[in-house]
Order: sequence, then structure tokens, then C-alpha cells
Amino acid sequence: MPKDQGIGARSKRREDVRFLTGAGRYTDDINVPGQTYAAFVRSEVAHGKITKIDTSDAEKMPGVVKVFTAADFDGKGGVPCGWQIHDRQGNPMLEPKHPILAEGKVRYVGDAIACVVAETLEQARDAAEAVVVDIDELPAVMDMKAAVKGGALVHDELGSNLCYDWGFIEDNKAATDAAFETAHHVTTLELVNNRLIANPMEPRVALGHYNRAMDDYTLYTTSQNPHVIRLLMGAFVLSIPEHKLRVVAPDVGGGFGSKIFHYIEEAFVTHASRLINRPVKWTSTRSEAFLTDAHGRDHVTKIELALDKDGMFQALRTETYANMGAYLSTFAPSVPTYLHGTLMAGNYKTPHIYVNVKAVFTNTVPVDAYRGAGRPEATFQLERVIDKAAREMGIDPIELRRKNFVGADEFPYQTPVAVAYDTGNYQATMDVLEKIADLAGFEKRRADSAKKGLWRGLGVNCYIEACGIAPSNLVGQLGARAGLYESATVRVNATGGIVVMTGSHSHGQGHETAFPQVISEMIGIPESQVEIVHGDTANTPMGMGTYGSRSLAVGGSAMVKATNKIIAKAKKIAAHLLEASDGDIELKDGKFTVAGTDKSVDWGSVCLAAYVPHNYPLAELEPGLEETAFYDPSNFTYPSGAYACEVEVDPDTGKVTVCAFAAADDFGNVINPMIVEGQVHGGLAQGIGQALLEGAVYDENGQLLSGSYMDYAMPRADDVPFYTVDHSCCTPCTHNPLGVKGCGEAGAIGSPPAVVNAVIDALQRAGKTNVTHIDMPLSPSRVWAAIQG
Amino acid sequence: MTKVSMTVNGKAVSGEVEGRTLLATFLREGLGLTGTHVGCDTSQCGACVVHVNGQAIKSCTAFAADLDGAKVTTIEGMANPDGSLGTVQQAFQDHHGLQCGFCTPGMVMSAAALLAENPKPTEAEVRHHLEGNICRCTGYHNIVKAVLAASGQDVGQIAAE
Ligand code: FES
Ligand code: FES
Repeated sequence: MPKDQGIGARSKRREDVRFLTGAGRYTDDINVPGQTYAAFVRSEVAHGKITKIDTSDAEKMPGVVKVFTAADFDGKGGVPCGWQIHDRQGNPMLEPKHPILAEGKVRYVGDAIACVVAETLEQARDAAEAVVVDIDELPAVMDMKAAVKGGALVHDELGSNLCYDWGFIEDNKAATDAAFETAHHVTTLELVNNRLIANPMEPRVALGHYNRAMDDYTLYTTSQNPHVIRLLMGAFVLSIPEHKLRVVAPDVGGGFGSKIFHYIEEAFVTHASRLINRPVKWTSTRSEAFLTDAHGRDHVTKIELALDKDGMFQALRTETYANMGAYLSTFAPSVPTYLHGTLMAGNYKTPHIYVNVKAVFTNTVPVDAYRGAGRPEATFQLERVIDKAAREMGIDPIELRRKNFVGADEFPYQTPVAVAYDTGNYQATMDVLEKIADLAGFEKRRADSAKKGLWRGLGVNCYIEACGIAPSNLVGQLGARAGLYESATVRVNATGGIVVMTGSHSHGQGHETAFPQVISEMIGIPESQVEIVHGDTANTPMGMGTYGSRSLAVGGSAMVKATNKIIAKAKKIAAHLLEASDGDIELKDGKFTVAGTDKSVDWGSVCLAAYVPHNYPLAELEPGLEETAFYDPSNFTYPSGAYACEVEVDPDTGKVTVCAFAAADDFGNVINPMIVEGQVHGGLAQGIGQALLEGAVYDENGQLLSGSYMDYAMPRADDVPFYTVDHSCCTPCTHNPLGVKGCGEAGAIGSPPAVVNAVIDALQRAGKTNVTHIDMPLSPSRVWAAIQG
Repeated sequence: MTKVSMTVNGKAVSGEVEGRTLLATFLREGLGLTGTHVGCDTSQCGACVVHVNGQAIKSCTAFAADLDGAKVTTIEGMANPDGSLGTVQQAFQDHHGLQCGFCTPGMVMSAAALLAENPKPTEAEVRHHLEGNICRCTGYHNIVKAVLAASGQDVGQIAAE
């Protein structure tokens, strides 16, 4: 019988009840008495000098409280960047100021120039239109390769558009180049990892509330990590000490990375509220979201793979141009570097790897982490070049991968790109895939498609990712300006119920359901006795939030650590009550027993004794039962998997239909399979979206052409099939207490190459052997053009 | 400002609205029914779907002032009288048809409208019907499954949940 409680149970989500009845509490649902509304005046040009801002007409409009410009933020900092990269020569990256409101220059369409705060939203929007801004337009810096050669500068004071030129690992370069010299075969592929827009369904919202009587601030914001926002905004932008600043991220409607970052609007509403002594609320429209939420990906890459005559990988070399956009978003510099270069070994034993990344400023929205962040870019190029190599060498693509896999007996495996994989079993994962995808039946399905006049193709690939971000001392050496531990306070109440205050943040991941499963398992009490509190800096310990598939691996570990402290103390109390030694106390099913006897006391009685300490060892033990733990991981975790996609291509129109998608993942141990499968499904849709539909497109003047759901194709229900997902191949993580690896990003990392490989396969099988690559998204027009040759 | 009166979730309500006030805004700001969400400004995402006189509509495309006398049902009106989840809601929970919950009210309202019209839809019909509702979290697998389950069809054979 499947478990109905604890680790491994498919517990239904308790948070669903409020979401299904309209009782969720998202940031825009919150209103504060006396609240005003903000409407930004944003640049309509990509690049230019501001010659005049005239707010006088706007100020006279009905309901206007104040019109803000950069002058109102004199002496305040810009929004900071949280990661510093050093270039090949060891010099720090170029780092421009990112002011709250534009100072002198605008640098992308959507850059905030001024902001009207008014009594109603309509009044604020009407008055924003009356603000007159004169801009001397400058040439827009759009093409990355051209941008580093000279011409217009996004930031004049930096003297270059090249943020950094990074080599990884620089010491590998000579040996890698040498291996290419002697290689039997070299496969080269140039490709684009298309620019994407995260598009969580809830647009961003920020509500700042300064309380003059208390001289403190509350910011309600759509964030994946309220403590990070408090730290960055308090310490670096507005100089507000943390005890005077509370940041609340209540129910958040999806993030996918785009709600990690500290945005100017958060600092704006917080400071503006102080200046006018009233709460200020800003709610992004979707159009504004397209123009201002950090975008993702946008890499232009050349990758080369050297192989020997048997197809064994000898060396790998890449050169990537990574778009930073106009300013450095919070974690932008880390994405194409340490979240990308470190993954270039993939699931394979390639002895020599060298990665070069040039990060470039352009007149576009800042680019930062989007689901997978660097790892999808690494996986895509690697798995595409392997597929191309397989074709060139006449080796079956699955066979070529299997030949080069790190063997199950070779873990821990030190890659040439710094990281050491703790566990994995890539052959076994591929075995699972071959079964669940029924690869043996492909030829028959292909024949069936052919009868309908459609070209069927099969794409297979693997992925590895580094999750559970991250060991603080390591990332510190790599340039992170923060620690990446996680925290939990476990508070046991007198009657035995438990509240866990976690630094992790749930914006769809189901922590409120999954975290209690862990505690229920550890103590042996029903899940319903455990409640999770998150998202409010006022009542949770300092935590780094949720991204990089880290909640369970890092936040969950902190919770386990704190719970172990609770259990240790509770055993002492139980020992006192049972007149035994605490070393002899066993906890099972919510009951403390003296080993080898029938003497026992239940969980509730121990908790009561802790808070009503009448019969209690007060001389040795404090009353109460509450513990906090911080957990700092000793390594990343390395989920991995093998994915297969089957497509049908309509040769007359170029339209691609995904007929089947199978994902075999190794996530280590799984707490709630239902939630894990849901995470994979969502990632797959985003990856299929990237491969076939999505693309943020700018014209040469820096206008965003794909600025709404009419122009930016989001995957919809009839763009995707039912997926087949499986996580039965399980090699538990060796260095965290739950043995978990993280599952949030896998789908988005592993699926784009599978889709593209499948389309190329379909075309190749149909005789279009000259088509070796098509850049994403594989829209009908691109595929049709490729078919025409 | 115009006065409008409607029946929302079975209750008579009224309020003063501007000509440009959208039904979504009236529900959220005027009546405090924040279950109806606004996810876009081009009438594409479906987070705002409610029922007006029995029809599913996007409440971001209707003016409140035009709906004097209308009968409106929002997500807040979908539970059973005893507060337990209604059939579609329950199916969404049972089949994990939601993650962040932001698209969910619109999805539920849209799915309920489909089932009222077509009590036993096929998978293709469900997918086609939900084209106007974007979900960024679930990849639609479990939403489609939930809708099929809510229609009383056996979803046990559908690939791993
Ligand atoms: S808010 Fe109505 S369709 Fe998006
Ligand atoms: S559940 Fe998050 S958008 Fe659908």
C-alpha cells in the first residue's frame, strides 16, 4: 500500500484549498489604508541622453501627490549586483551603477525615467502621460559581437561594452587546444540560445509602507527571496538598517528566476513612501513586465567537440557571447559563468574542457537567471554538438553518449571544470528512458506518421545540473557577494503542534505540503500537526530564498538539522519523565520508549512538559522546545537524466508537433512524487516553449517586438502532449541528510535539445541531410526555410 | 461615475464605477473579491475568467458599467454550500492541477464552463478549450487530467501523474 503520510507519500497539497477558492493572498491583493498608486514614465527609446524632464503639467493633474525624478534619490545607491566575476587577466568585471530612476541617460526601452504617485491608479497613469521627457537619441547597441569592437557605449564611463572576458579554466586552455590539434575528428556548431521572458503569470507588484511613528518600513513584494531583497535594498540602496525594514513576499504567482532579483521598483516604492509619508503601490502591467522583468538566456555560442576514431570525447572548447542587457541584474554575471561553464562536462568523461565567455552590455532589458540559468545553455550546446558529431561519425547518438558516460562506479567524479559529481548512474537512467519512451517502437510510429505525410523524428539527450546552491565558502571564492546557506526555526508548541519558520520561499513548489512530510517522518506525527511559515522577514530566520532547485536540498536540510536538535532535547525530557538515561530513549511513531522496555511517553506529553516544566530537569535543561539551524551545503547536488522527444514535422508548412515526450530523471530521494512530477511537467513545457515557440525579439533600434502575449508565443494547452515522466532511477545525494538533489529546473534544462534533436532527426531521415542545425525557436517559417534549403 | 447593481455569487451588490472600470477591477477593488486575477493587458491569459449570466468571459475585457443586472459567478462562488471544494476544484487538487495558483481561478472557471457545455470532452477538446488560459507552472498535463477527471472519465491510464 502506498504511504499516505511522510516521505514518499503523494500528499495532496494543502495550499490548494486557498488557491482554488480565491482565498490566496498575492501582493496585489494587499491594500493598506491611505495607499497611493505609482505609474512609471518609461523610456520609449533604447538609448539616449535625457535633455529635459518637465513634470509641471503632470503635477497639476487631479489626484497627483508627487512626481518623482532621479533628483529625489540623490545620495541613494543603485540596485547592486550580487556577483563579481574576474576576467581572464584577473581584473574585476565592469560594473555600472543601476540607478532607481535614470540619471542623465536612458539605456533600454522601459528604463524608468520618472514616476507619478497619485490617489488612484488611473490618475497616476493619466498624469504619467503628461510628463514631458526630451531625449537626444543615441545609436542603440544591439549586436553583441559588434558591441565589443567599438562604437556606441551603453555606459560611457566604463569605456567598453565588454563586461568581462572570462576563461574557464584558464589553465585548461593550452591542453585543450593541443587536444584539438591531434584529434581524429572535430565537430563544430554555432548556435543561438534564444532570449526568453520568464513570464510568471503573476506580474510583479511592490507596495512600500513607511510608518513615521515607528520610523520603520514594510515592503510587500513579489519575491522568491524576501531576505535577499531586505539585505540588498536596506544595506546598499536605501541605507535602512534591517531591524527597521520588513519585507513580505506573500503568495507569489510563479517566479522561474525572474523574481529573485532586486528591482528598482521595490526601492522606489519604499523610499517614495517615506518622502510622501503614505503607502505607495506599484502593480506591473503585463506590457510593463515584458519591458522590465529580467530576461533570460540570450547566448551566441560556438562549440567544438574533438573525438578520437572510436568516438571517445577528447576535448571540448566553447566561445560564448552572453548578453547582460543594459545593467547588471542581481545575479546576471554568475549565469553564463559559474552556472554554465561548470556544467560543460555534462554526463561525460571529456578530459580537456575550456570555456570562454564574453559578457556584453547592450541597450536591452537586463538579462539574468531564468529557470535553469546557465545550465540549459550548457546542456543545449553540449547535447546538440554530440548529436551532430554522432551523425558526422555515423555512430548512433545514444550509443555515442553511452560510450562517453561517467560510469556508475566512477563517482565521486572530478570534472575538468571544477565541480565533483557525488552520485549518478547515467547508463541506468538511459535504460529507463529507452523503456518509458518505447524507443523500440519508434520505427513503427515513424511509418504511421509517414502515412499521414508527416516526417517523424526522435531526439534523445542527457543533462546534468548543479543544484542545491550552494557552498558559501566556495561561491565566495567565485565572486558571490552573499552566503548561500539556508535556515529554519522549528517551534514546537505546548500541545505538540509544530510551526516551521523557513528561509525558503514557495511560489508554486508546495513547501507547505512537502516540508511537513519530512517532519512527520522524523517524529512520527501526522503531517497535519505541522505548519510552514515563510515569506516574511519579520517571522522567519535569515534565509536566501528559493531558486536553483535549492529549497529541499538546502532549506530542507536546515529543517532536518533543527528537527534533530528538537528530537535530541525531547529525548532528554523524555528520559527525565521515564527516569532513564537519554541514550536509551528511542523515538518512533510519536512515542519515546526506553529501549528494551515497555516504558514510554508520547510526543504530546514531552512537549507539554517542556512548556509546563513542573516535573522537569530545570537545572540541566532550559524549558521550551524551539530550535534554529542554518545549513550550509558542502557541495552542489547533481540531478541528471535522459530525455526523449518525438516530433512530427509537416513538410508543407514546417509546423512541428511534439507527439511524445519522455523524461527519466535521477533526483535522488523524493519526498512527494506528485509534486516532483508536476515540477518536471512545468519545466518540460517551458523547454518545449523555448525550442518551438518563445523568443524575445528586438529590432535594430532596440524596440522589443515581442512585447505582449500576441507576439510572444507562450506554450498553451494544445501545444504540448501528456508527458511520460519517471524518477525511479535514484542515486541519493551523499552529502545532505535527505539524500535529495532538487527537481525544479530539470525539465527546462533537459528538454530544448531533445526537441531540436528530434526535428533535425526528422529532416535528416527525410533526406534533408544538409540541415544540421536550426536555431530556436523552431517556428514553422524557420523549419520550412530549412526544408527548402 | 455610474451606479451598477449585480448579483455576484448569489449576493446582490452595487457600486459606483467609472465608464472605463473593468469588471475585473470592480470585482477586485470594488468588492474585494481578489480571487479573480489579472495576468495581462491584452486579453490573452485567462486568469480573469468569470461567469456572466452563465457564460465564461474574460473579466478584463468587460466594462462593469455595461453589466448592470448581470449574474456573475467568480471563483469565490464555486465551492459547495458547506465550504467543501466543488467538483472541478476538487479534481484540480486531486490531480495536482495547480502550482502557484495564479492561473487557477481562471482555469477552474473556464473548465467549469466547458463541462457545462460538453460534459464528456475528449483530451483534444479540453486542450482546445483551454487555449485562452495560460499556465506557466504545470505544463498543462495535470490540468487536462483534472478536467477529464472532473467530467467523470477514468484518467488512471494517462501517463504518470
Ligand atoms: S487578465 Fe484577462 S485575459 Fe489576461
Ligand atoms: S499554477 Fe502557476 S500559472 Fe498556473
